[in-house]
Amino acid sequence: MGERQKTSSAMRQIDENLKRVYKDVEEGEIPDRFKDLLDRLKEQDSNEK
Amino acid sequence: MKSNDDPREELVEHLPALRAFAMSLTRNSAAADDLVQDTIEKAWKNLDKFQAGTNLRAWLFTIQRNAFYSSRRKAKREVEDIDGVMAAGLSEKPHHDGRLAMQDFREAFELLPDEQREALVLVGASGFSYEEAAEMCGCAIGTIKSRANRGRRRLAEILGLADGEDPVISDATNSSVMASSNGQG
Repeated sequence: MGERQKTSSAMRQIDENLKRVYKDVEEGEIPDRFKDLLDRLKEQDSNEK
Repeated sequence: MKSNDDPREELVEHLPALRAFAMSLTRNSAAADDLVQDTIEKAWKNLDKFQAGTNLRAWLFTIQRNAFYSSRRKAKREVEDIDGVMAAGLSEKPHHDGRLAMQDFREAFELLPDEQREALVLVGASGFSYEEAAEMCGCAIGTIKSRANRGRRRLAEILGLADGEDPVISDATNSSVMASSNGQG
């Protein structure tokens, strides 16, 4: 087990962990305020037309 | 992957990614959601400027990034309130490899300078290319590579994963990593 192997596997681990942390956040539930916001914006648009 | 003709209908699909990016930028869950709201409102107003057929997510990320940095400049004097939303971890999963605890990783990640966190989220986590990330950040590809690689090395250092100074680290992969981190391309 050489140092070079250890290092490149460290970089791989870092990217894998980044993806995992990010995915955890992404999988969190979207608060209702965003659905409400999109509905409000759509309504504004249809009122303007 | 479905695609709609109207980007208005497609926005909702990008909300999870926008929130994740916002949390990595702000490190505060309330501030992150305010930032996402601001982004959606700005994007909505400017949707006529979005070029159909191009990457909507990249476009939204660019808006969000600009909104973040401009509001941060305005709030310069305010004390930064970091609640460690990434560090808290929304759903702790067991790490199968046992080599790297996620909690330690999240905490280390939040210690990185803004520009390194951002580069790592864009190219390491969200899967954008270096070219796309450079375009979003308005800088050279080499700059993004450099930031991402410095961030990776810093994480490795904090987590004790590698010895940056080790003389044995000189294989092709590592020297190219070092080279790209120095240069502009």
